[in-house]
Amino acid sequence: MKYLEEFRDGELAQKLAREIRQTATRTWPMMEVCGGQTHSIVRNGIDQLLDGAVEMIHGPGCPVCVTPLELIDKALAIAAQPGIIFCSFGDMLRVPGSSADLFRIKADGADVRVVYSPLDALKIARENPERQVVFFGIGFETTAPANAMAVHQAKLQNIANFSMLVSHVLVPPAIEAILNSPTCRVQAFLAAGHVCSVMGYWQYYPLVEHYKVPIVITGFEPLDLLEGIRRTVHLLEAGTPQVENAYERAVCFEGNQPAQKLLSEVFEVADRAWRGIGVIPRSGWRLSEAYRDFDAELRFDVSGITAQESPLCHSGEVLQGNLKPNQCPSFGTACTPRRPLGATMVSSEGACAAYYNYGRFVALESIH
Amino acid sequence: MCLAVPGQVKEVYDSFGTSMGKVSFGGIVKEVCLAYLPEIAVGDYTIVHVGFAIAKLDEASALQTLDAFREMGLLDEEFGEPASAVGETP
Amino acid sequence: MSTFAPPDLSQWSCPLPLRDYPAIVMGHGGGGKLSSELIEHIFVPAFRNSALEVMGDSSVLPALAGRIAFSTDTYVVRPLFFPGGSIADLAVNGTVNDLAMSGATPLYLSAGFILEEGFPIAQLAAIANSMGAAARAAGVQIVTGDTKVVDKGHGDGCYINTAGIGFLADGIHIGPTRAQPGDVVIVSGTIGDHGMAIMSVREGLEFETILKSDSAALSGMVGSLLEFAPNIHVLRDPTRGGLATSLNEIAAQSNVGILINERSLPVLPDVQSACDLLGMDPVYVANEGKLVAIVDPSVADAVLRVMQQHEHGARAAIIGSVTSQHAGMLAAVTAIGGTRIIPLQIGEQIPRIC
Repeated sequence: MKYLEEFRDGELAQKLAREIRQTATRTWPMMEVCGGQTHSIVRNGIDQLLDGAVEMIHGPGCPVCVTPLELIDKALAIAAQPGIIFCSFGDMLRVPGSSADLFRIKADGADVRVVYSPLDALKIARENPERQVVFFGIGFETTAPANAMAVHQAKLQNIANFSMLVSHVLVPPAIEAILNSPTCRVQAFLAAGHVCSVMGYWQYYPLVEHYKVPIVITGFEPLDLLEGIRRTVHLLEAGTPQVENAYERAVCFEGNQPAQKLLSEVFEVADRAWRGIGVIPRSGWRLSEAYRDFDAELRFDVSGITAQESPLCHSGEVLQGNLKPNQCPSFGTACTPRRPLGATMVSSEGACAAYYNYGRFVALESIH
Repeated sequence: MCLAVPGQVKEVYDSFGTSMGKVSFGGIVKEVCLAYLPEIAVGDYTIVHVGFAIAKLDEASALQTLDAFREMGLLDEEFGEPASAVGETP
Repeated sequence: MSTFAPPDLSQWSCPLPLRDYPAIVMGHGGGGKLSSELIEHIFVPAFRNSALEVMGDSSVLPALAGRIAFSTDTYVVRPLFFPGGSIADLAVNGTVNDLAMSGATPLYLSAGFILEEGFPIAQLAAIANSMGAAARAAGVQIVTGDTKVVDKGHGDGCYINTAGIGFLADGIHIGPTRAQPGDVVIVSGTIGDHGMAIMSVREGLEFETILKSDSAALSGMVGSLLEFAPNIHVLRDPTRGGLATSLNEIAAQSNVGILINERSLPVLPDVQSACDLLGMDPVYVANEGKLVAIVDPSVADAVLRVMQQHEHGARAAIIGSVTSQHAGMLAAVTAIGGTRIIPLQIGEQIPRIC
């Protein structure tokens, strides 16, 4: 058992897809929150496979997409300062700020480095004691334990030249905000499996109780996604909103306790602005009092930076599922993958980018 | 935020007071922080995200899931439900 | 990485400090004694051919009895040395392959070096020797060259430009506009090897497993293919941007659609694992020793067999076909039987966590 190939099996995928198509009596609109799931859906052609049975509304589960414009501008301001080594996950490099992105300022001479792990950034800090090393700590709950450990170790080992620019966002408040929107079309959610590996899934019961929508914890490989969708369709058809775990091999109810323990030490809940959506109360994490010395936003005095979203960009509406990308007036004109206005067109799993590529495609039936 | 890959733990050791390990991802070996899985042992499989192991993979559960997939649709096949044309491999 | 034996400097007239610290100085690009010493002691022994040894301002070569194919490329790879090869292999094989993709027999290369002040001469010697070896393996001669030196801090150590001349026999008309609906798409081997080898040694993204570049000269394989099927429609070596970029470009230039079957794509398990780990797609990852051939269906199976018999084509496979649908676009049937578009990527593929 290697846990990958088995869950990419073509025949089993066809089977699951068939079962879904045969069970659905109408087209069920559901949202996968996680960008990684969106990527896998588009990458494997799952949405086409289920055409007619489900409508996948791609949610705001890409921290790249929802990191506020202001914070991108702050990141750019910090990275442009002489002597700074700015470390980031690859995802953030092309996200547009108000007038540039990390990629472009790297081309202009800023020392911007892509890292695989926050510990790599810590290592760079250790090896370059005379320079300030800043790590762009974005992510959902999945990435938070890694970012927490980096700051925690920085504190323990007194790596004073290390700091983190934090933009952590939480999934359950996002789901709630979407459900509260008056134009919400989403009738069920696929919860992000790896977020739940960390946090468990006890938080979803109150949501299901209150809003009466099924929430199914779902993995990322094709069979995992299809199974999550399959269980969701069954719950919708039966009219029985529940929490279900369709990713049992990697998720348990309580989640990862050691991770949650360190998270509660290093971070505290805060209000967070979500790009395109606005402030969702208590929907993010910031560094706690004990770790605030490592907060790059404070260390580099970028508090004065504010930003205005382009009025032409409607990514917020798209992220919440209220607008289809091709209904946005800027879609394909003022906003293209080459010249994106917002993150949903930049990110490879952004709804707008996915739509742009698919939309240029003539009738699918002609392929077969 | 969710790209996490399964790998097998090959070695466990201590580094700067933190539990670290070598994990093999289908042959590619990378150093991974194991601090969040204190019970993990060599030979176990784990899900790794940005260099951190966040969950141990439950083999029994995985096998069960795959069995359930294989068993699915057996009734349909008995009744001869036609396979849909959309998405069939050429 | 290779260790570099310093060249024997006892016969050089370098100023004393150089004997103790053999590195490139500004004078090496100045055209005087230091420059000619580089040529005499490093390049000529490494490249070894009669045209070069004349040491004229230009190299005079025999006339060709047919069309001339001409190509140039500049190599700026970082790191300079990586598992499976170095900038030297890329500099020779890259240009050789560009010529071969037109169906030409590569004959002569030029080599221009831009060296950073302070670059170790031992590394330059290693690069030159590897270039000579690669040239001999590809059946080409490096007949002329140039060296310039830039200030320390500019130039990343060593940049190389190579330009190449090849002979194109009559009757060969291979080009990216020639793909036609019904044609078969064949790849000569596993994809993504080179790009992941580079990724595996880049700072911040290190693995502990050796992934090797596939850098290789393909002119021999192309020669065999053309002997067998002179009317090949398209040949392309999918370097930067990978298979996806090449097929997108061909689709656009020929105004056809291309549909590939992902289950047929040959990918080494280690390369797939590395891609999975970094969230990258092998179809966008660079190759340096592979080609894509688009051929009439009547010769497809035979072309495949010829490829498979060649040392660099053991894993060759038919991966798809050309269609009149979705003109200008590349699509794929995914491993689970779904469909997806494979668009042109904006910029280089970067590892992701999301």
